[in-house]
Amino acid sequence: MTRPTVDEIWQWLDQVPDPEIPVISVVDLGIVRSVAWKDDLLEVSITPTYSGCPATSVITIDIEALLTRHGVNQFCVSQRLSPAWTTNWISEKGRACLEEYGIAPPQFVGRPKRCPHCYATELEKISDYGSTPCKAQWRCQICLEPFDYFKCH
Amino acid sequence: MTNHQSAYFEFLCHFGDNALILGHRLSEWCGHAPSLEEDIALANTALDLMGEAQLWLGLASDVEGHNRTADDLAMHRDVWDFRNFLLTEQPNGDFGQTIMRQYLFDAWHVPTLTALTSSIEKSIVEIAQKTVKEARYHLSRSRDIVIGLGDGTIESRKRMQSALELLFPYVGEFFTSDSVEQQMVKEGVLSNLDNLRKSYFEEINKTFSSATLTLPNIQFSQKGGKTGKQHSEHLGHILNQMQWLSRAYPDANW
Repeated sequence: MTRPTVDEIWQWLDQVPDPEIPVISVVDLGIVRSVAWKDDLLEVSITPTYSGCPATSVITIDIEALLTRHGVNQFCVSQRLSPAWTTNWISEKGRACLEEYGIAPPQFVGRPKRCPHCYATELEKISDYGSTPCKAQWRCQICLEPFDYFKCH
Repeated sequence: MTNHQSAYFEFLCHFGDNALILGHRLSEWCGHAPSLEEDIALANTALDLMGEAQLWLGLASDVEGHNRTADDLAMHRDVWDFRNFLLTEQPNGDFGQTIMRQYLFDAWHVPTLTALTSSIEKSIVEIAQKTVKEARYHLSRSRDIVIGLGDGTIESRKRMQSALELLFPYVGEFFTSDSVEQQMVKEGVLSNLDNLRKSYFEEINKTFSSATLTLPNIQFSQKGGKTGKQHSEHLGHILNQMQWLSRAYPDANW
């Protein structure tokens, strides 16, 4: 078998969904930090979003399963802490996916820009925390729908 | 272990144990908080602290080199081995007391982690840079709630003032130095914390003034958690609940 290129592997990894927010891939979320061949060993490094996020170990397993499915037998998926993950690493494609799914993407000012359902900008915070460590709860004052906001981190 | 190794190990346990014990305390609220949003918030804070505990205790286990994992350190040590501040093991009390405990801890946690980002040990810098971002978020929330409840109703203010009076004697321990810490400062693992006390009191004085709360005028402080010499009776009860499963079924797997 010819060895797949690093670019091909990045494309495969882009098909691995985040276990808790399945509309966004682990590549778009900025979790995959590097992919490189070291002789015949494929080295992939990933970084946790929040230090206690239980999705990190599931992501490792998902990536290992994906590589095996594609016939890569020698690989090492390791965790890297530094530099610390930031929401700046979420891709434009990832941000658009989040909003379409109903999660307002992170903003520097620390509050969502608009309601992901009706795009109104009259918003109020319900809570600084949400169903996963990376989210907060907000509500639209126009359509009255509550929604998740991906915290700026 | 060499003298350096054993001091370094205890130093890392101190940070790991603070996060572990306070994280466990917060997790006791799961399903009991006054509102669903608060329940979720407390559980998320607990989760962040559990993640932090794993990182520090994981590093401690590498330093020790005795094949004890982070889980072994969390689940198979006894009261006298723990190096957490007495504050972190104090009972939850009511919601106000839990938030006051959190605020008093967060106000120490953020500047201390910030100081650790300039350690000469690369592994410490990495953990500190990662966790300080989470700790800042905790601080901004616990500070807001202390102000909201302190400057709130007559009842909420009364409860926050009694929580402060109950917990303030545990704050002094944050600023006690011991031989482990002195060695870490000497070796450059920890930067000098001389300014910590001053900046801590600037932070809490400002908050309590907005919260219309009065800092108790006591010089006395409870200590013995950080050194492990004298924990309060509460730690044994926490460990009993936290460790029984892994001690009863040592090979249990999730």
